[in-house]
Amino acid sequence: MPPSRFEPSTIKNKVKREEIARKLKKEKRQGKLQRRLAQAKVEADDPALKKRRQAQNVPRTLDNTREYDPSILTANPAAPSSSSSEIDPSQQPQDESAADIDSDPFAAYFSGALDPSAPPKVLITTSPKATRVSYEFCEEIAGIFPGAEFHRRPKGRGFEMGKIAGWAAGRGYSHMLVVNENTKKLNAITMIYLPNGPTAFFKLSSIELSKKIHGHARSTTHYPELVLNGFVTRLGHTVGRLFQTLFPPMPEFQGRQVVTLHNQRDFLFFRRHRYAFRSTEKVALQEIGPRFTLKLRSLRKGLPAVKSFGEPTKSLEFDNFAEGEGEETLDKDVEMTGEQIEEDETAEAEGKRGAKSKVTPPTQDEYLWMWKPELESTRRTFFL
Amino acid sequence: MQSDDVIWSVINQQFCSYKVKTTTQNFCRNEYNVTGLCNRQSCPLANSRYATVREKEGVLYLYVKTIERAHTPAHMWEKIKLSKNYSKALEQIDQELLHWPNFTIHKCKQRVTKITQYLIKMRRLRLRQEPKLVGIKKKLDRREAVRERKALSAARLERSIEAELIERLKSKAYGDAPLNVNEAVWQAVLDRERGADKTKGKDTEGNLDLVDDETDEEEEDELEEEEGWGEREFVSDLSGDEDALSDLEDVESDEEAEESDEDEESDVEDEADTKKTALGKRKTAPSRTQKPPRKGPEKKARRGPRVEVEYEHEMESTPLTKEMLANW
Repeated sequence: MPPSRFEPSTIKNKVKREEIARKLKKEKRQGKLQRRLAQAKVEADDPALKKRRQAQNVPRTLDNTREYDPSILTANPAAPSSSSSEIDPSQQPQDESAADIDSDPFAAYFSGALDPSAPPKVLITTSPKATRVSYEFCEEIAGIFPGAEFHRRPKGRGFEMGKIAGWAAGRGYSHMLVVNENTKKLNAITMIYLPNGPTAFFKLSSIELSKKIHGHARSTTHYPELVLNGFVTRLGHTVGRLFQTLFPPMPEFQGRQVVTLHNQRDFLFFRRHRYAFRSTEKVALQEIGPRFTLKLRSLRKGLPAVKSFGEPTKSLEFDNFAEGEGEETLDKDVEMTGEQIEEDETAEAEGKRGAKSKVTPPTQDEYLWMWKPELESTRRTFFL
Repeated sequence: MQSDDVIWSVINQQFCSYKVKTTTQNFCRNEYNVTGLCNRQSCPLANSRYATVREKEGVLYLYVKTIERAHTPAHMWEKIKLSKNYSKALEQIDQELLHWPNFTIHKCKQRVTKITQYLIKMRRLRLRQEPKLVGIKKKLDRREAVRERKALSAARLERSIEAELIERLKSKAYGDAPLNVNEAVWQAVLDRERGADKTKGKDTEGNLDLVDDETDEEEEDELEEEEGWGEREFVSDLSGDEDALSDLEDVESDEEAEESDEDEESDVEDEADTKKTALGKRKTAPSRTQKPPRKGPEKKARRGPRVEVEYEHEMESTPLTKEMLANW
């Protein structure tokens, strides 16, 4: 049976086969070009035609075929999904969720209760046993947040994240960032909103520091503008608001700096640019850096839990062994609470500083959301 | 029947399944061994009189075996619970092993010490917060890396940022006298707004409006000369082609948003090359020669329209940013 269509691959002679194949390919290319040119000519006369074609020819992407899950308040696909808006309660279909957002831990920032010109105090630190990589990165991100301070993570025991967070909250910090590193590679970042959480844990990847970015701009100390793109679900709003509260509420526009956190398919792309309006339609952007990508791994309700209060362990003693082991741990608990009470008393003694009551981290983590590989059963499921 | 020497000679000379041989020393893997070494004195098999200390779930027991019970393996070991108090446990060993060889007593006491210490350490570690170790899942990592790359190319960061900034500029989020905008540009924005107000009344001019918009975009570089030759340029063959092509490329890249940026760019370049060669061969050459001076600005503005069309869509769907900014 002869083939319905001539295929050059049936030719035995290699030289001839290649020649013919090349010719066919070229014909095809030319045909395509001619078709396009003809189309362009037609459309140049009638721009409406072009508009119509573009309106019809919308490709299906993962983003516009995203699965709608009402339980996590995904943006309804009926609504315009490309809205690059951030939190806007009036846009939410459910009043309940709007009220929910209004009463979340970040509400104080958005209600304007705080001084709009004062940058939020951010404490930046590393994981224990950090190396140069962490310090360089911390230095960079300390330059991003206007109210940021970097402190080295103290050595030794008793400096758990939750504990440090408690102290930082007592000292008026509003955020704490912990950069995590493993075998000299940065792999995670923990964002804690003080004093009472939430705590967000992100995977950190594709880091490029400013100096690696070709032709980067210098940053200034002006408060940057924020662009938070593509946060649509309830969870996404929480993350977006958490990120927004890291910056002063009122940007200084003369700095022409813009910080972007763009959510695309649950990846949060961080970028920082300097912009200049060239015309009414054109903006020139120059990257300041750094760039990195975050991916939310878990969201906890409160501060990170501290399983045991890191009081120095007792030296080897053999006198208590007459009591049972269970009793022993109980003893320890009692001691801990006793110590706490003492601490509270000292705090009261220090009351002249006007600090709030001491923030104690919880002993058990309460997860609001946690990423699992099983959650991503389809590639059209996104959570932010 | 029970002959320690026979057993030991077998163990020593021939084979013992508990024996672990190293270059310097032999060890014993038998759980009842007091020292862990393979020698005559501390072998639990070759000694009919033997005592050891073992720990079960945090409780210490003294195990004693005597020659009298050698014929009943089920009852061979006598198990004595030791006190939790270290010093009492030592006393207990002294009492239980009265008149035993010093070696056994001493080794048992040493073993009590060692076990209590590791129990204490275990409890201490249990109380302290240790970093949680998570396994690396290479496959997941690889998958995420690929998805991140694709998401990045689908995000078109620069474009979306530009669109957002323009939107803010036009919605007057920067106030009435913005500090971050050139006066000329700001004036243009105001003019444009005024123009839009005027044309609002006439609905029939929709198409014309579109044309105007696009010419505006093309003349960004030369705002002064815009009235002179803008429209003519738009009608011309070449620019039209380029427009259309770039648009098509847009669509394509939308479809294949999965592809990395570099791929797309190289594609674009390829296409441009082929097109140029094709044009050179065919008779469209004269159209090119008609207006050589325009090549420069056109090329500059080539990027413009590509970006613009996107803006129009997005602007309609993003009315929220102003309020957000107001919240700041």
